[in-house]
Amino acid sequence: MSPRTGSHSPAGIGRSLAERGLLLLVVLVLLEGSVLPLGAASSPDISHQENVDNHKVAKEGHNFTKKPFPVLDLDYEHIRIPFEISLWVLLASLMKLGFHLIPRLSGIVPESCLLITVGLLVGGLIKLAGEKVPPVMNSKFFFLILLPPIILDAGYFLPIRPFMENLGTILMFAVVGTLWNAFFVGGLLYAVCQIQPGNPNIIHSLELLPCLLFGSIISAVDPVAVLAVFEEIHINELLHILVFGESLLNDAVTVVLYHLFEEYSGQGTVTVMDGFLGVISFLVVALGGVLVGAIYGILSAFTSRFTSHTRVIEPLFVFVYSYMAYLSAEMFHLSGIMALIACGAVMKPYVEANISHKSHTTIKYFLKMWSSVSETLIFIFLGVATVDGPHAWNWTFVTVTVILCLVARVIGVVGLTYMINKFRIVKLTTKDQFIIAYGGLRGAIAFSLGFLLDKDHFAMREMFLTAIITVIFFTVFVQGMTIKPLVELLAVKKKQEAKRTINEEIHIQFLDHLLTGIEDICGHYGHHHWKDKLNRFNKKYIKKCLIAGERSKEPQLIAFYHKMEMKQAIELVESGGGVKLPSAVPSTVSMQNIQPKKPPPAKPVERALPQLPKGREEEIRKILRSNLQRTRQRLRSYNRHTLVADPYEDGLGDLLLKKQKMIELEKKIKDMNNYLTVPAAPPDSPTMCRARLASDPQAYSMKPDTDSVPTIHVDLASPQSPDSVNLMDEFRRAGQQQRQQKEDEDQGLMMKPPSAPSRPKKPGEADADRDQQKLMRCLSDPGPSADEDEDEPFLP
Amino acid sequence: MGALQSSPGQPEYVDLAEKTGFSLEQIRVLHKRFKQLSHNEDTLRREHFNGIPDLACNPIRSQIIEAFFDKRNFRQNGEGTVEEIGFEEFLVVMSHFKPPKLHVTEEQRESIRKEKLRFLFNMHDTDNDGTITLEEYRHVVEELLSHSEALEKNTAKCIADAAMLEVASISMGHMEPDEFYEGITFEHFLKLLNGFEIESRMNIRFLYMDTVNLCK
Repeated sequence: MSPRTGSHSPAGIGRSLAERGLLLLVVLVLLEGSVLPLGAASSPDISHQENVDNHKVAKEGHNFTKKPFPVLDLDYEHIRIPFEISLWVLLASLMKLGFHLIPRLSGIVPESCLLITVGLLVGGLIKLAGEKVPPVMNSKFFFLILLPPIILDAGYFLPIRPFMENLGTILMFAVVGTLWNAFFVGGLLYAVCQIQPGNPNIIHSLELLPCLLFGSIISAVDPVAVLAVFEEIHINELLHILVFGESLLNDAVTVVLYHLFEEYSGQGTVTVMDGFLGVISFLVVALGGVLVGAIYGILSAFTSRFTSHTRVIEPLFVFVYSYMAYLSAEMFHLSGIMALIACGAVMKPYVEANISHKSHTTIKYFLKMWSSVSETLIFIFLGVATVDGPHAWNWTFVTVTVILCLVARVIGVVGLTYMINKFRIVKLTTKDQFIIAYGGLRGAIAFSLGFLLDKDHFAMREMFLTAIITVIFFTVFVQGMTIKPLVELLAVKKKQEAKRTINEEIHIQFLDHLLTGIEDICGHYGHHHWKDKLNRFNKKYIKKCLIAGERSKEPQLIAFYHKMEMKQAIELVESGGGVKLPSAVPSTVSMQNIQPKKPPPAKPVERALPQLPKGREEEIRKILRSNLQRTRQRLRSYNRHTLVADPYEDGLGDLLLKKQKMIELEKKIKDMNNYLTVPAAPPDSPTMCRARLASDPQAYSMKPDTDSVPTIHVDLASPQSPDSVNLMDEFRRAGQQQRQQKEDEDQGLMMKPPSAPSRPKKPGEADADRDQQKLMRCLSDPGPSADEDEDEPFLP
Repeated sequence: MGALQSSPGQPEYVDLAEKTGFSLEQIRVLHKRFKQLSHNEDTLRREHFNGIPDLACNPIRSQIIEAFFDKRNFRQNGEGTVEEIGFEEFLVVMSHFKPPKLHVTEEQRESIRKEKLRFLFNMHDTDNDGTITLEEYRHVVEELLSHSEALEKNTAKCIADAAMLEVASISMGHMEPDEFYEGITFEHFLKLLNGFEIESRMNIRFLYMDTVNLCK
């Protein structure tokens, strides 16, 4: 027992040491952040004074003794603003790191709660230090800087299919639900405020319109909070998209209601005409936002068509166009969130088809990074602003607000679901309704909207803010923390983690067409009919404009298939080639198992293996060599603006061309009737494989094979992945035929060294063997410039 | 007796409703459509289906039409194909696309799922032998991709092979190099599409079939 514990403790100490180090770092950062402003408060005066003195000195012509030259100077004001911003961002990121180091905590408490707590602490620290808390929750800052990355991330990676399928439901919840919430809460609050018996309470002065305004602010489900909490509980796609979609689309309603009530709160009355204009305004805001977003999305897609020569700045277009869409929409007071969502959703399929794989990764990771930092900052600032903000606590108002919000949400969801279920194919169960109701979290948007209120018009502003913060805290802490155990308790269906397989993709497409066909037979212009029409229109006209090159004609199934192949190839390379692929279904099934057996090969004597014609052979060699060249190309010179020439980077047009050639090659070889199944040799270690590849063609020595037939094993049925990486991996896996399953799809030419020349070769075969060996020699070509003499006999 | 207001054939509708699970209203509308398609004859033939213009641009048209004439879909445990179908068979085939009701037990959901998957399976297994061979699966993929121009025949083959490989891997696990995987049986098919929520996907809204739309 003791040696084991002994061995554990150093590691344990080491780990806790690292954690302590991190905590120390965090504390240092905090102290620095709060102390520096204090210390620097005095230094500007000093340095300013010094400058004045120096000037005076200079003017008076050096009558005084010169002051010593300042070797080291402290000038905090110079860098104050960027420094403080960086400090906040650093703090946010370190917090995020820290939470995941503490294992059990991140499981129980959602991150958002922890971050708000940290914000409270930081705010408290700053206040204790006597400094003025920086106005971090500046509404402009929030709406223009912090919010867009999160929404863009959500919109770009929005799962379109479930979103569109449930669009009706989502719109119902977003529009009707939010309206119901706003009026219910606002109206009842006003009523409660009026019926206060006896003691004169400050809330008596509350008019109806400010109440309704408050109701509209507080009733909107917040996308940031929903994302933060739902991300951790992994519920099934349907519920996720319903709540999340609702939180995104209710922005339009919120914007209109907010402006409507704010506008007329001064006047004190809202007429029917205003209400009617409000409805029109809602349509304009929503549809206008979507239109603006779509326009920018199409522009972005069109731009990405021409970026094949400047791959480095491709991600920039995506970000800038989206941000401009948001700003343009905000300029007209349209719904910026909807614009951003529309932009991301519209441009994604076309941009993805045009940009390189690296740009795709860049976009994905930048978006995730920004949105993650943004979210963290928002929650921390929420905590800080809570400490800071002027509060006016009123027990009645706050408690009634919280209760009404909950009640309104529940009634709204239940009522709406009853109506919606009449129109849905897949009905929403009670469990679903509960999760939808419970997942209606409020967040920072509500706070920012409250913050925007003008103090002069709304005397009750502080009370509103206090109530909003209370509701936010309640939803995020109480609902956020308990939703996970509730999901477990109610056994709500969780998200399916499995990757989409090609079979599923085939059947999705098949089902689409099938259902469209059945609808046509019924004569019923339903859902699928219009979707099919849209797809056909898309394929015929839009794709041609917006997607470069040949990809515009690629059907979805093939695009999916290529993407899958690419992913597997990359996975294989990343996992080192020799390691067993972490696949879902480990099996030894290979392509040979599913091919119908050919008739047994004739005796070797009768099989005439025709030689490859010289021209074809040369072509093959050129292709293979150029592929190998590319994988081995070293970076010749450093240039900030160019990327390493990369095997993944080839334009797809080139790849398709190569594929053509490969296929023709296959056909030729097929004629040679070389298709034979060979029991695989025992796999070589990766180092052996690499050693074989790296250097000497001579190193391609004979493996002790058990087979006794010539062995160009060309897997005819296997898909030709044009990815040159696969070719290289072929050799690593030349000895690893056991682990086939998915890898087989990527295998094109599989070459194995010929068997030991122990068996006497017939003359016809000797030539074929030589050809094979020549081929193999060029496959093991060590470098780009080595131009070997191909006629040199390979075998000694 | 007063004049019977009900349209002729009403008692048959009740039978059919019980058999297929459609409501009376839906059966009435479907009957109208049936009559329209068959030009007021009693039976439908393949030519009648070919007359539907929208169906022409559907890549798997022929398979859909075949499904209507496939005896395996008539729920009578028959096999083979017929040349013409009556209204009852039409309804029975259509009933495969009914959505499940709100409150179903687990076994009911499972049986509905199996039924729908069986329909799909029958569509793929064209030679009625109970397995989907590589050739048949290849044919399925080719048909799916048949409407896109820039296609090499090989790609469809490759995709089908990859898919078949996947099925084999999932169903069989271990296979010796010289074993041969015959084809996808129905059990393998079930296992393959295990994560595929077919009971919520393979549905048509029969609720709102506007008779105005049927004038085609």
